[in-house]
Amino acid sequence: MKSNNYNTIFLEDERVDGADKVNGKAKYTAEHNLPNLAYAVFVTSTIAKGTIKSIDTSKALAMPGVLDIIYYGNCPLVPGYISNAAERPKNVFEWRGYKVLYDNKVRFFGQPIALIVADTFENANAAIRFVKADYEVEKFETNFDKARLDPANLKGPIIYKRGTEKKFKETNFFVEAEYNIPIEVHNAMELFATIAHWETEDKVTLYDKTQGPKSTQSTVAKTFGLPDKNVRVIAENVGGGFGSGLRSWPNVPAACIAAKKLNRPVKLVLTRPQMFTLVGYRPQSWQKIGLGADAAGNFIGISHEAISNTSRYEDFREGIVDVSKFLYASENVDTKYQLLPLDLSTPIWMRGPGEATGCFALESAIDELSYKLKMDPIQLRIKNFTTVNPENKLPFSDINLKDCYAYGVEKIGWKNRPSIPGAIKENGWLIGYGMAVGVFGAGKGSASVRIVLSNDGKLLLECAVSDMGPGTMTSMSIIAADAMQMPIQKIKFKLGDSDLPPGPSQGGSGTTSTVGSAVDLACKTLQQKIKELAVQYAPAFSTTTADALEVKNEMVILKTDANTKIDISALLKLANQEKIDLIINSNGKNAEQLKYTSNSFSAHFVKLAVNAKDGTIKVLNVVTTGDAGKIISPKTARSQMLGGVVGGIGMALTEKVDIDQSTGQIINASFGAYHVPLHSQIPPTDVWFVNKPDIHMNEIGAKGIGEIALIGFAAAIANAVYNATGKRVRDLPITPEKLGFKTAKA
Amino acid sequence: MKPCNQHDGRRGFLKKSASIAALYFTPAMLVKTFAMDAIVPLPIAKEKLAITINGKLMNLEIDARTTLLNLLREDLSYTGTKKGCEMGQCGACTIHINGKRTKSCIQLALSNQNNKITTIEGLSDGLSLHPMQAAFLKNDAFQCGYCTSGQIMSAVACVREGNAKSRKSIQTYMDTNICRCGAYQNIVDAIEEVAKTGAKI
Repeated sequence: MKSNNYNTIFLEDERVDGADKVNGKAKYTAEHNLPNLAYAVFVTSTIAKGTIKSIDTSKALAMPGVLDIIYYGNCPLVPGYISNAAERPKNVFEWRGYKVLYDNKVRFFGQPIALIVADTFENANAAIRFVKADYEVEKFETNFDKARLDPANLKGPIIYKRGTEKKFKETNFFVEAEYNIPIEVHNAMELFATIAHWETEDKVTLYDKTQGPKSTQSTVAKTFGLPDKNVRVIAENVGGGFGSGLRSWPNVPAACIAAKKLNRPVKLVLTRPQMFTLVGYRPQSWQKIGLGADAAGNFIGISHEAISNTSRYEDFREGIVDVSKFLYASENVDTKYQLLPLDLSTPIWMRGPGEATGCFALESAIDELSYKLKMDPIQLRIKNFTTVNPENKLPFSDINLKDCYAYGVEKIGWKNRPSIPGAIKENGWLIGYGMAVGVFGAGKGSASVRIVLSNDGKLLLECAVSDMGPGTMTSMSIIAADAMQMPIQKIKFKLGDSDLPPGPSQGGSGTTSTVGSAVDLACKTLQQKIKELAVQYAPAFSTTTADALEVKNEMVILKTDANTKIDISALLKLANQEKIDLIINSNGKNAEQLKYTSNSFSAHFVKLAVNAKDGTIKVLNVVTTGDAGKIISPKTARSQMLGGVVGGIGMALTEKVDIDQSTGQIINASFGAYHVPLHSQIPPTDVWFVNKPDIHMNEIGAKGIGEIALIGFAAAIANAVYNATGKRVRDLPITPEKLGFKTAKA
Repeated sequence: MKPCNQHDGRRGFLKKSASIAALYFTPAMLVKTFAMDAIVPLPIAKEKLAITINGKLMNLEIDARTTLLNLLREDLSYTGTKKGCEMGQCGACTIHINGKRTKSCIQLALSNQNNKITTIEGLSDGLSLHPMQAAFLKNDAFQCGYCTSGQIMSAVACVREGNAKSRKSIQTYMDTNICRCGAYQNIVDAIEEVAKTGAKI
């Protein structure tokens, strides 16, 4: 797109960092080569729970090239590993999670128990099998479905109530059902990796796969008792994250410890199977939703219960039941959320996090209720549409879901949707239509941006945010080009380095709003400085004030007479300044913005076919719509929505971690056995945005889209499957077995 | 068992680790680099390998266990080829061996004696983009960029093999390459666009 409604000017719309990604030059974490680099690999536990009685490293140590094997018996004490707060130095925080290589406890199958460091990857790898551990095995529990049934196993609950509890049961039209979602794994294509290099005794540089260079810097500093400035974290390019890079995992301290102990840089790259056990996952969940309405379809009561798993050593909670509190008008809402600790590693937010889990249940339940009411499910949603958040009573800063419905209805061909399920059969395939809504909070946090205008006309912006794929460098450059009204080609946005001014971790769909607002503010501040310089140094403006001037097209122009102008480069030279160099701090929402509650919304529409003989599901068409304020970078925003659809298809139809309950081991820890969607599973997808600035949200009117791209999508599929077959599947993924097609008559 | 009973915070860590480090410190390794038509000394040089990479003939001495992928990435700094699974399942490591697309992570380097390898770095002259690279850029056929090298190497092969005649065929013959960001539709758009030009690529 060369331009949009908001007069964005940029000549090309390709990603500003795209050329390096197609020619192989973009460097990811493990690709930084350092002199004298050593290679580290984890040895992992072969039991789910217990104590290591002893580890024999002698044979492995004798292998060629092996430099050291670090385990609980010889691991140097890391300050942040000290549990007793009184004994910990003041500036040190206790490491969150299990302390890798530190003690002899095994908490889950596949936990690192030793780290082999060798001169080459081959030598490190070859030594793994020669490390022998002797265990004292303990009884473990990894079976979510079984363990959740005993209330004694559950932590919590967190309760929310407005109006009357279980009110839905008093209505004439209600549904009540249980929903199950298995463990899903982010499985970003880039393997987690850390290269640690102690430049001096108390100064370390890390190349790390992280969604937050500043957060990793702070974690490492506080774990190793260093000032923040002595820890530099570089994450120039991040090969996908989807949430898994929102905290530091064991690879970070392990690489730091090894590099320190050996006094040379150490590279630690996880394997694909370790990506299933060491870097988080979407927790397994059970939900129960009760939803009741009057005959006209007005929601009377929503009850939403959820249990999700966590590890034994950390509590991980997410917003599973939160969507039911505010997405639709209902006077009576009660929610209950509990945790189930299991002998597994700790989960973490995975794209759409808890809201994707919650929306699967809520949006399925609404669809189910619509059939009971004999009402179109979109009409039912419109009936309960609200412009005021019923939970906090604040108005939504903007909500345009009805526009999304209108677009989707037309493009998917909603009029062809049978009101009775299973009514359309074409060439042996049952055809169905489904839709669902997604919602996610739209935040704005604080960020700092350095802005440097050089007298050659080039503009440099810097912020320690990262870009795991959405195209942050591009959208920030567009915001700057827009604010400065200058060509994007002259703008460079630098990120991915903790030495840059502080920015947020890339997560929760917050980067564009937070960093974008800071970039916008930085540009406006710069323009003011330029105008002041013009008044001071340019003879043409000596009698004017800064307010009478505007900055655009790389010039300072008198508002009342466009012919009175000066080139910015010329102005800097006139002022004898090489550059203007500013650091701007942008804060979270202001008092005016806090009068509203802000969310991004999406509505997904699916047309699919189910084979009447074997239950094969083929998604035929998708229309996905986003209501996320102004769309800054149409091309990359569209790509993000396309990605959400692919992720949603995986969640709905293919992805599930399988655990062997006799050992506690994940038995499908590979791409061969854990099925992420492939090329041929992806239908033609139409992406559409409302693209209307949300003026109450932030200065740039933009909200995030990373989460809403996926939230709700699995329900759209489930609803379409029901429409096609009359079978309601509430356990993901939806497979032919669950449709019961094995016994179906042809 | 507790690893260290006595400690005094950071300095304890620093002192202890510094002394242990001294024990293990080994002389600097020979610098890993590559030179055209020259023997490259690697730390554990075991077997000789003559291999042509992006038009440059190299005579190497390598660890017999080294995969072609690790040879490229770790020893020769061709980091454009990516490691995604080491099981031949994701396609991030796709390269061309004698013109055929192959997953380099499940190839021993030594089994490529006298073979001609093309990596993403060798697809174009380095000054301009190969038509497939340009099409990927134009169609935004990637997000994080990590699977991109493999997708492009497979895409070029897909066209050359004559398997890019329809979207369905492109999808089938690109199922070898996973994109977790979900750029599939744009990838197929890019390949279709290149295939439709009919140009020899």
